[in-house]
Amino acid sequence: MTFIRDFMVKKGEDMRIAVLSGKGGTGKTLVSVNLASAADSAVYIDCDVEEPDGHLFFKPQIVSSEEIAVKLPSIDNGLCNGCRKCVDFCKFNALAFIKGRPCVFEDVCHSCGGCTLVCPERAITETDRAVGEIRKGTSGSVTAYTGILKPGEESGVPIIKRIMQASGSEGDALRIIDCPPGSACVVVESIRDADYCILVAEPTVFGVHNLNMVYGLVKLFNKPFGAVLNKCLDGENPAEKFCIENSIPIIGRIPFDTELGKMNSDAEIAARESKKYKELFSDLLRTAMKEARRETAFDTQR
Amino acid sequence: MRQLLILSGKGGTGKTTVASAFIKLSGAKAFADCDVDAPNLHLIMGQRSEPRRTDYYGMPKAEIDADICVQCNGCAEHCRFDAISVNSAGEYSVDRFDCEGCGVCESVCPVGAVALRPEVSGELMLYNGDGRIFSTAQLKMGSGHSGMLVTEVKKQMKDAAANAELAIIDGSPGIGCPVIASLSGVDMVLIVTEPSVSGISDMERIIKTAEVFGTKTAVCVNKYDINTVNTERIEGFCRSAGLPYVGKIPFDPEAVRAINNGMTIVDVDCPSGRAAREIYKNTMEVLSE
Amino acid sequence: MKIAIPMDEKDLKTSVCPSFGRAPYFLIYNTESGESLFLDNSAVASQGGAGIKAAQTLVDSGVKALLTPRCGENAEEVLRTAEISIFKTIAGTAQQNIDAFKANQLSVLNDIHPGFHGQKG
Repeated sequence: MTFIRDFMVKKGEDMRIAVLSGKGGTGKTLVSVNLASAADSAVYIDCDVEEPDGHLFFKPQIVSSEEIAVKLPSIDNGLCNGCRKCVDFCKFNALAFIKGRPCVFEDVCHSCGGCTLVCPERAITETDRAVGEIRKGTSGSVTAYTGILKPGEESGVPIIKRIMQASGSEGDALRIIDCPPGSACVVVESIRDADYCILVAEPTVFGVHNLNMVYGLVKLFNKPFGAVLNKCLDGENPAEKFCIENSIPIIGRIPFDTELGKMNSDAEIAARESKKYKELFSDLLRTAMKEARRETAFDTQR
Repeated sequence: MRQLLILSGKGGTGKTTVASAFIKLSGAKAFADCDVDAPNLHLIMGQRSEPRRTDYYGMPKAEIDADICVQCNGCAEHCRFDAISVNSAGEYSVDRFDCEGCGVCESVCPVGAVALRPEVSGELMLYNGDGRIFSTAQLKMGSGHSGMLVTEVKKQMKDAAANAELAIIDGSPGIGCPVIASLSGVDMVLIVTEPSVSGISDMERIIKTAEVFGTKTAVCVNKYDINTVNTERIEGFCRSAGLPYVGKIPFDPEAVRAINNGMTIVDVDCPSGRAAREIYKNTMEVLSE
Repeated sequence: MKIAIPMDEKDLKTSVCPSFGRAPYFLIYNTESGESLFLDNSAVASQGGAGIKAAQTLVDSGVKALLTPRCGENAEEVLRTAEISIFKTIAGTAQQNIDAFKANQLSVLNDIHPGFHGQKG
């Protein structure tokens, strides 16, 4: 083959692009969903397990689903000698000693396995406790993975770990990772394997403040990155100014557009509904992949 | 002290924009920003004085003393969080982002080379000036367990402003532990939502969470004219669920300009500011019922 | 019998702490002898499960009833399993609540049976 369109993933190339922003509502899902849709084929991974939104746009045909479970201690009262070592060990206060026996509180248990280890009578075994679910589905050229945390559950990290593993089995592909907002441990987990990070920013002082946070995060993890400015209006753009001042490459600009806003609010994928946006997001994808290859020095002579 | 909490479920719906407008309109002597991952309220409220800063200690993290370590690999084998790794020189170390402070490694180490050490995972800030108390915090990057820090932010505010009649709290986004911590002990919740499919989905999840606390809940819509059909859906939903619907705010570029200039939307004369005044009036009525 | 009340300060004449799990102290009051002592609540510094840890402190102290404005579901489960009754405090000081409890004027927290007021341990 003499001509390869430069936004197609090359044979043997595995490209992971994470999309993040300091805060929700900036356009992370807009960008991730549309980038995945603009490609010839892509895997979309929704790591915002507390409030997954990508599936609302893709409305995927579900192919499979997997329950995510963590370990929960189970105490055999027949073997328990009442020494309380398990209760004393637990750093998360998930065990209480009442009426001569230990009781487990599953919603604060971190599944560390410590109580099981310290019990001198081997009275503790582990069972599985469901904390959420991963669904795999298809929507046109996109394979969509959605991670969902059960409301009330404390940590999305086990779900994100598993979703990255499960989507990794798709073979070589373009993967777009829709990260949770912020910069907490769930975000760190989502960008861990990323080749390139897109920082989405809006043109407000809030936008700059939040951009600064994720900028710090990607630098800390030595991830190559570039910014996409969303909801651009006329006049001064504080986020643009910040990028220029800090030499953050601006790889795309999405102007504020009520038409786009309406499509988004109806959970429509702009790149599928509108020629204008198909072009905009194809260009953005092309630029992102070029930047990513350059930064990660991919050998393109395969 | 009566506490009004502003929540949104999804981020970016205008929680802070509404909260700051309410603080201005009510003249509340106490307010707090519970979005400890990405605090924004201080950018509009314009504090002149330096805050009192307090280190916040989260879960302790494990540390391995290479001099004592005998490289038995016991710690790495037992770590459920993949937090322990070894480099080519055979040195074991703990990843501070993955470590959850469970203490298993410390307990299995045969030579006492692992110890849990306290770790600063954030900072609390208390502004006290112009007769107002403003409590906020910033969680360090990559940290977890923001729920407790949220509790500390509220406690710091209450301790410093015990005599204030009304406190306005800019809540945490999302639906998890920090939101639950925000909800605890407040008198009323105002949910700010946007008329999008994802906004509605997130609003419903938040309402379910607030129901558990039995807290008085009201709803308003921001940027309602982006999608009037969805706005009507939200109004209908509130009617059938028996939730007070306290108003709607149009999308307003002047709001963006005001915020960028460090002002609230009620500091300038603009459509969103006028709508916010109406919503404030309705919200206060519900609060005093 | 011994009863417990969450407190911000070590003084019977101050008001009851609004939080249970993160109250700095627990007043342990003996209704027969009138003796009182204050226990430190080690759960104050806990990241999570504070209610459980606080409840464990009470279970270990031998109280038969807790007077509190609020109580989370995990703590409630510990106390219920340990057969410790939970009563809802009235606005006011610890002393006022002790007097109200002795006069059977406090109601059970989260009434299961409507109209069921006060209960001697």
